Amino acid sequence: MKIHEYQAKELFRGYNIPVPEGYVAFSKQEALESIKKFENFPVMVKAQIHAGGRGKGGGVKLASSEKEAVEFADEILGMTLVTHQTGPVGKEVKKLLIEAGQSIEKELYLGLLVDRETSKIVIMASTEGGMNIEDVAEKTPEKIIKVYVDPMMGISGYQLREVAFGLNIPKAARKEFGIMLKGFYDLFIDKDCSMVEINPLILTKDERVLALDAKVDFDSNALGRHKELMELRDLDEEDPLEVEASKFNLNYINLDGNVGNIVNGAGLAMATMDIIKNAGAEPANFMDVGGGATAEMVENAFRIILADEKVKAVLINIFGGILRCDVFAEGVVQAAKKTGINIPVIVRMEGTNVEKGKEILANSNLELTSAVDLADAAEKIAAAVK
Amino acid sequence: MSIFADINTKLLVQGITGKEGKFHTEQCVEYGTKIVAGVTPGKGGQEVNSIPVFNTVKQAVKETGANASLIFVPPLLGADAILEAIDADIELIIAITEGIPILDMVKVKNLLAAKKCRLIGPNCPGIITPGETKIGIMPGKIHKKGNVGVVSRSGTLTYEVVDQLTKNGMGQSTCLGIGGDPVNGTNFIDTLKAFEKDPETHAIVMVGEIGGNAEEQAAEYIKAHVTKPVVGFIAGLTAPPGRRMGHAGAIISGSSGTGKAKIESLQKNGIHVCGNLGKIGTLCKKVF
Repeated sequence: MKIHEYQAKELFRGYNIPVPEGYVAFSKQEALESIKKFENFPVMVKAQIHAGGRGKGGGVKLASSEKEAVEFADEILGMTLVTHQTGPVGKEVKKLLIEAGQSIEKELYLGLLVDRETSKIVIMASTEGGMNIEDVAEKTPEKIIKVYVDPMMGISGYQLREVAFGLNIPKAARKEFGIMLKGFYDLFIDKDCSMVEINPLILTKDERVLALDAKVDFDSNALGRHKELMELRDLDEEDPLEVEASKFNLNYINLDGNVGNIVNGAGLAMATMDIIKNAGAEPANFMDVGGGATAEMVENAFRIILADEKVKAVLINIFGGILRCDVFAEGVVQAAKKTGINIPVIVRMEGTNVEKGKEILANSNLELTSAVDLADAAEKIAAAVK
Repeated sequence: MSIFADINTKLLVQGITGKEGKFHTEQCVEYGTKIVAGVTPGKGGQEVNSIPVFNTVKQAVKETGANASLIFVPPLLGADAILEAIDADIELIIAITEGIPILDMVKVKNLLAAKKCRLIGPNCPGIITPGETKIGIMPGKIHKKGNVGVVSRSGTLTYEVVDQLTKNGMGQSTCLGIGGDPVNGTNFIDTLKAFEKDPETHAIVMVGEIGGNAEEQAAEYIKAHVTKPVVGFIAGLTAPPGRRMGHAGAIISGSSGTGKAKIESLQKNGIHVCGNLGKIGTLCKKVF
């Protein structure tokens, strides 16, 4: 679960990670009040959306005076910000962070995540801050410092020093940096994060370290033991259909294509998307109803897919293991009767009780097309959207 | 022969009194699996399908001699259940549970490095040696005893593959799902190593998906150490970057973990890549 920069910085404050003085504003009035709190300029006016690339999209601006800050706040609040991560539709800016400007000596990068290969927690640091770290890793891998922390041992002093020396942190700031990095690690562990990133972490002209940006992503699987974090969820930042699907424990991701699909199991769902693409069409979504889905879950899945206006045809691909085909067929029939189908629906079922399932669909008087196998399903779906 | 589990495996089920645990215990018993005990804290002394239930794994092992455990407990208790099984010296632990927090699994994995026991999963369908034992949630009926080893990160996708193998006349030695989580126990390489050694396994199907680089590593391992023919399939070529595709581990991060890179790596290392899931059975028939 992603959170906003201002929320991440609030968490940082509790973990000895220095951040600039800053205030969040949800309205123009609040922005005005926030700006008035600053005695010195420049200040930064920063759009708060979950997507990255805000600066390039015009959502982050440096204001040299109070007047300019108010102008920028007016301009950014309510704008539709388009970045490489928002897609062409963009995202409406509903919150601003107004922050004290800093005198930057050097921009650094600091990140923490779980390394899948070693099953350790890896600290990634680089002297090349403010840039896309993926690019740095690709072009100049020698400029990335990686320190692997054994989760059973926790972070040791020598590891903190390894990062500090690797980043050429000046002597005056080294102690503060160590305390900060320890806090950074503790935050990651305490809150079950899947990724924490500061880009850039700056060294100021008066030799202090400061987190200029903040990105925190929590492990969704662990939210059950961090009820306090659920308050940080911002539904405005999520796709409404995805929010709806999550209420029913459905794994759903909205995509750009026009072929909706419902599948049981994540691997088969991905493979089904690939089959749609191979057949010359584009998947409109990823929808995994789970290996043990109930008729009710299937019904909700169907309703959500049909609510998506892009969807011109639906492919249902079920391999009945735990989820029996007859149970699944009941769900489809119920859903279709309630919502009504006005687009082609192609069903491919295999596995436990498949004959019974097919019988239920055939006797339903619904306009469903049966596919004998995956290849047949692919052809039928491609023909349906042409 | 087979790998990791056979007719002699004596199984206990952690979480046997829950809905899932109970249902799949019945299914496994029906298949012929020897389930000797169940464990649910606080329900010791009860029985499920005439199987005795114990409060702790250690107690169950002491009383019944169980040497494998199948885990169905809820995700936030999943790591604790695995640790309990490790501490009771269970040789084979199969964790079906989906949604165990990654930081819990990271600790389990680091502890496992110093232990002899094998963990399969979590977030997996389990393991089946057709005709001998089924330890997991896969539909037993689609399997057939034979000589193809199947290893996969997925559940239903594996069933699809197995079903096509069976329909094309190719039975299986052992099929196992290593799980869809980013941090898991047994990996592709562990399994490939065992399949290579197993005389009953004549050919291998490896089913991967986007995220991480386990498939790339496996491909290199196959080139260097596996003499048996391998057919590979990768799911998620159309998955958008940065989104978790159902499985916690199925995510393209930046430029790493893409399906395209995995397929290239498989092809480069002499693995027969199946580009069309609908035809994986016929491809295997041709290759094997």
